[in-house]
Amino acid sequence: MSTLTEAPPPLSPEAPGEKPPRRRGRFTPYWLLLPGMLWLIVFFALPMVYQASTSVQQGSLEQGYKVTWHFATYWDALDAYWPQFLRSVCYAAAATVLCLLLGYPLAYLIAFRAGRWRNLIMVLVIAPFFTSFLIRTLAWKTILADNGPVVHVLNTLHVLDLTGWLGWTAGDRVLATPLAVVCGLTYNFLPFMILPLYTSLERIDGRLHEAAGDLYARPWTTFRKVTFPLSMPGVVSGTLLTFIPAAGDYVNAELLGSTDTRMIGNVIQTQFLRVLDYPTAAALSFILMAAILAMVTLYIRRSGTEDLV
Amino acid sequence: MKTTPDNSGDVRLSKISKTYGSFTAVHPLDLTVPEGSFFALLGASGCGKTTTLRMIAGLEEPTTGTVRLGDQDVTHLPPYKRPVNTVFQSYALFPHLDIFENVAFGLRRRGVKSVKKQVEEMLELVQLGEQARKKPHQLSGGQQQRVAVARALINHPKVLLLDEPLGALDLKLRRQMQLELKRIQTEVGITFVHVTHDQEEAMTMADTVAVMNGGRVEQLGAPADLYENPRTTFVANFLGTSNLIEAEVGTRSGDDLVLRAGDGKLVLPTARCTAPAAAGGKVLVGIRPEKISLTHADDAGEIPAGRNRLTGKIADASFIGVSTQYVVDSPVCPGLSVYVQNVERDGRLVPGADVVLHWSPAHTFALDAAQAIDAGTGEEVAA
Repeated sequence: MSTLTEAPPPLSPEAPGEKPPRRRGRFTPYWLLLPGMLWLIVFFALPMVYQASTSVQQGSLEQGYKVTWHFATYWDALDAYWPQFLRSVCYAAAATVLCLLLGYPLAYLIAFRAGRWRNLIMVLVIAPFFTSFLIRTLAWKTILADNGPVVHVLNTLHVLDLTGWLGWTAGDRVLATPLAVVCGLTYNFLPFMILPLYTSLERIDGRLHEAAGDLYARPWTTFRKVTFPLSMPGVVSGTLLTFIPAAGDYVNAELLGSTDTRMIGNVIQTQFLRVLDYPTAAALSFILMAAILAMVTLYIRRSGTEDLV
Repeated sequence: MKTTPDNSGDVRLSKISKTYGSFTAVHPLDLTVPEGSFFALLGASGCGKTTTLRMIAGLEEPTTGTVRLGDQDVTHLPPYKRPVNTVFQSYALFPHLDIFENVAFGLRRRGVKSVKKQVEEMLELVQLGEQARKKPHQLSGGQQQRVAVARALINHPKVLLLDEPLGALDLKLRRQMQLELKRIQTEVGITFVHVTHDQEEAMTMADTVAVMNGGRVEQLGAPADLYENPRTTFVANFLGTSNLIEAEVGTRSGDDLVLRAGDGKLVLPTARCTAPAAAGGKVLVGIRPEKISLTHADDAGEIPAGRNRLTGKIADASFIGVSTQYVVDSPVCPGLSVYVQNVERDGRLVPGADVVLHWSPAHTFALDAAQAIDAGTGEEVAA
């Protein structure tokens, strides 16, 4: 035995000379991944492949469809429906901006000022999810009804003159106008804006506000220079969670809009379920996906949130 | 900003107090911090020292009383209108801004146009010129701490407030930063008000220390004065260690007071007794451990006359390099601490040995026996 140069290892109750325990559970992470992976393959990857192949098929319902690598479907679909694409992006963007304007103050209030009311307000924010999306949207039909109180008040205040002049409403109606669709989208996706905003605001260390005040920043400057930049991760994820589903939504346009407010979601739905032109419907879906991906990538790059702690 | 030639950096607190509901964090307090001094508020956590600091910063509104900076009453000014800056506990650096922008923050808010030169100079002062474009989380604790100091100092505040600025650092770095902060303070000549629970830190850095306890200032003075002449048991125990022995007041002889402890007698200068010393009254006699000499009972005859002495038995001895710390049980007081420098070690001084403790009467002090004898012990580890 050589001389002791370091403390002897602590004696274990096990017999000496036992082999070090084998590293069990090395594959556990993969087993844990398996159910989710299977789910994604069956319900996401396979349908995607199927849709991709559908989009390059040709034929008719009677004679059957064949893959002919007919990429012209994409071009034709875009050519025919670009106004609906544009409209979708505009409505979704408008709804996202409205959600941000409505949601930010509320999230700020919950995070910093609500005190013991915080949980109650959070429940109220989530409360709409207890009823179905469809029923909530139908309720807006009643709210915005032609002889309902909302339209009456807006009319009396001559707000409808202004929105009519802007092209958002038509005549004395709100229902079946762009305004109604954007209102529906805003309402339905507002919680998806508030929740991430709240999460990122709530994480901000209150002492940073004190430090800003101590360094001569007035409350508004503190908000502009400290609070808002630090809430950017919430702003980005909130706008994405609002914009992406809003751009593909068709329920709001269907129930609250008219033929003039059809969004791309409505077109895809009609192509799939009424016209039964599956290749065009599939191609439109892929174009929408690509467009959203491109816009989102650009947006994340521009906002530079990956740099935020 | 108009600056009066003198006293504009004084901090004058008069009758300020702070209550939260039924809890009084700070009892009405009068305190003047003279311009250019390094002032420490020392106490255990929850003693009101941070609340006092936050009232000076404007982060808390006092329940009563006024805060003045020089001649200006700032009691009701919001923090962003006060010419004071704070170095926060755990720094509160802006995580989304780089070091340069963190330091420039205060200048920019006040509309200073060309900040580059000033910021670079300030970063040089705290030796962080190379790190200007890094984000706070890329720096070590000590570097972040220096950024926090630079960010506050660049505004040339009349008063710099430091809230446990070194609490998050390890011991070695803390010692280094203590000296550095002291150097910076001497260099810039700004009034520093430093809050800490570390008595060594307060004594090393500050010109004046206010020891706070339970929302009140127990005692205020220069570090050496507080250490040598504590006026309460809290200060005696919180600053370093004190041996407190219950004794009864006997007679006066000249300038000295003679006390009875058990069957022995102890002498101290009357001036060093802060308690009402009527004959027959009780007092607590205090002596610092390093002032006591330890002699083996066999050599008791060699102890010079005129020294206070107690007999006892060594209960425990721990060798810590520069000195050996003994615990001695004496009939009049168990568990006396004695620190003996390791110059000439007497091999007989081992646990179980009978010894005589003796010290000069001039090093003895006496406190009012009406106080808790153990106030301020063991609380240093809190916070």
